[in-house]
Amino acid sequence: MSLSQAEAVADTTVATEEVGGSLVAEAWRLLRRDKVAITGAVMVAVFVLVAIIGPWIAPYAATDRAGAVTPTTIPGPSSQFWFGLDDLGRDELSRVILGARQSLLVGVVSLTLGMIGGLALGILAGAFGGWVDGLVMRVCDIMLAVPGLLFAIGIAAMLGQSLQSVMIAIAVVNVPIFARLLRGQMLRQREADYVSAATSVGVRRRIIVFRHIVPNSVSPVIVQGTLTLATAIIDAAGLAFLGLGGSDPSVPEWGRMLVDSQDYLSGAFHLAIFPGLAIVFAAFGFTLLGERLREALDPKYRR
Amino acid sequence: MSAVANLLPSRGRAALLEVTDLEVVFRRRGRRDVRAVDGVSFSVDAGETVGIVGESGSGKSITSLAVMGLLPDRGCDVSGSIRFDGTDLRTLSNDQMRDIRGRDIAMVFQDPMSSLNPVVTIGKQVAEVLERHRGMSKDRARTEAAGLLDQVGIPDPDRRLSEYPHQLSGGMRQRALIAMALACRPRLLIADEPTTALDVTIQAQILELLKQLVAEAGTALIMITHDLGVVAGLCDRVHVMYSGRIVEAADRHPLFAEPRHPYTGGLLASIPRLDSARGTPLTPIPGSPTDTLPWARGCAFAPRCPNVQDDCLRSAPELRPLPVQGGRELRCYHPLPSLLLAEPVAP
Repeated sequence: MSLSQAEAVADTTVATEEVGGSLVAEAWRLLRRDKVAITGAVMVAVFVLVAIIGPWIAPYAATDRAGAVTPTTIPGPSSQFWFGLDDLGRDELSRVILGARQSLLVGVVSLTLGMIGGLALGILAGAFGGWVDGLVMRVCDIMLAVPGLLFAIGIAAMLGQSLQSVMIAIAVVNVPIFARLLRGQMLRQREADYVSAATSVGVRRRIIVFRHIVPNSVSPVIVQGTLTLATAIIDAAGLAFLGLGGSDPSVPEWGRMLVDSQDYLSGAFHLAIFPGLAIVFAAFGFTLLGERLREALDPKYRR
Repeated sequence: MSAVANLLPSRGRAALLEVTDLEVVFRRRGRRDVRAVDGVSFSVDAGETVGIVGESGSGKSITSLAVMGLLPDRGCDVSGSIRFDGTDLRTLSNDQMRDIRGRDIAMVFQDPMSSLNPVVTIGKQVAEVLERHRGMSKDRARTEAAGLLDQVGIPDPDRRLSEYPHQLSGGMRQRALIAMALACRPRLLIADEPTTALDVTIQAQILELLKQLVAEAGTALIMITHDLGVVAGLCDRVHVMYSGRIVEAADRHPLFAEPRHPYTGGLLASIPRLDSARGTPLTPIPGSPTDTLPWARGCAFAPRCPNVQDDCLRSAPELRPLPVQGGRELRCYHPLPSLLLAEPVAP
């Protein structure tokens, strides 16, 4: 991701300036008729639902030995075990279902942390301008100069192997993206006529920033958030693949399931396929929804 | 230049706003400085309506922003004094300035479509001013805001309070903005082309409204415009600006009856008239406002002036008072002859 994505997202404010309050209603109307957006929304809904009710719908517990396996014979999909068994004889379907919660948790928590950090820095830079702006933006530039996953690996490795450190690592990677996006929007809004109008009747700076500038600047941030959920899920899997996931092996995690499947690829490739598909499914859902949300909020895409 | 200020017609008592030698220079690294306002002096008495007329780029809007203290801090040098009710606004801190804006001086902007925050209700935006300056509670401010909307002629104000700007027409929005500006009964209102973005019938209504409100509240009004028609119906005194300087200042009637500066004459001649024959072409001022001479080298209007002579290109004329009643000032070596209407004069 993410610079080009972030920049594309930045274009959406044109809408805010032109159609104003009707923007949300108009976007909602467009999204409801948009088959792709609905597909994305359904995929996201399925993912979230599975993550929440996973333990009740999974046929087996995560650590149950459901069937007999030997290292050379790992049964693939069958009518009893839809996704087959893994190398320790555990039900793959149950593990994929139970892994959803972990992915959603990492995605949502890291997104929230990243957004809070990014918005705080963005508001700081956008509201004060001058040297504060310069300082914040140079720090962001430095952070953005390091490739995202590499940066996350570094942070996760520094913080030690735990789920929390993965979340923090992904959050930190996203901070400069949100900060830059919001700051750019705020700079644009700061020149808006309604800001001059409010200033000309003596409205306080705090109120101008929080009531006038920020609410008009956040719509691209919301879009970016949806897209970032997708990348956060992929990043979490990537970190787990590299051995930086949660340390509790009894909690299924899609990324680690991929790692574990490596040794059996020739005999039991279903062990790689199903967690892989699960990651694709979740990330794809969020991406579809995010892209369409962006288009709905941007008059340039309207036909 | 301060000599000019002393020559300003004295009006018996201290003026409400007295701008003296105002100069605004935009500086950008690697570029030539732009002198947007160049030694402008004028005064506004309490309750008086003053027009500042000029084309785009003449510095009229920058003058008004300077009075409001709304020019950016960086890259922009302001000098001269802006005395409001005896205090030099330029010496005030940002916080003091914020207290004055909206309470004592307010402004109405050009484009009502973009001057209201699209995501905040009308009621909140009007009430905001009342809460800020009159310390009203939310409920009181809302009631008062409804009263204000009613006063500016917005029907069904209680319903409008909870509506968003896009639900209002352009004329309604400008009325709401006028309500915001006049909410605290400021002593001075600056209107920067308040009708340019509106269609003609609405323009007349808004001007009428402004005129009436200003008269009721005893508010002084500075009307910034490029439209002499607006000035004709509204202003007591008119300042004509060209390229950052005032070129002619006069009371309304003498100015229209007898424009002396060739630029004022040109502006008047370029207005379509009802009594001219069908098909008569308009008489534009030749050239464009970009064909100016820097004032340091002569008269800025010289490249477009029908009366231009050699001395116009050697040095800039001073703004001199004319020996007529009512106080009139002119910056021209070869003015249009007195008692002659705006006919282009052969050089």
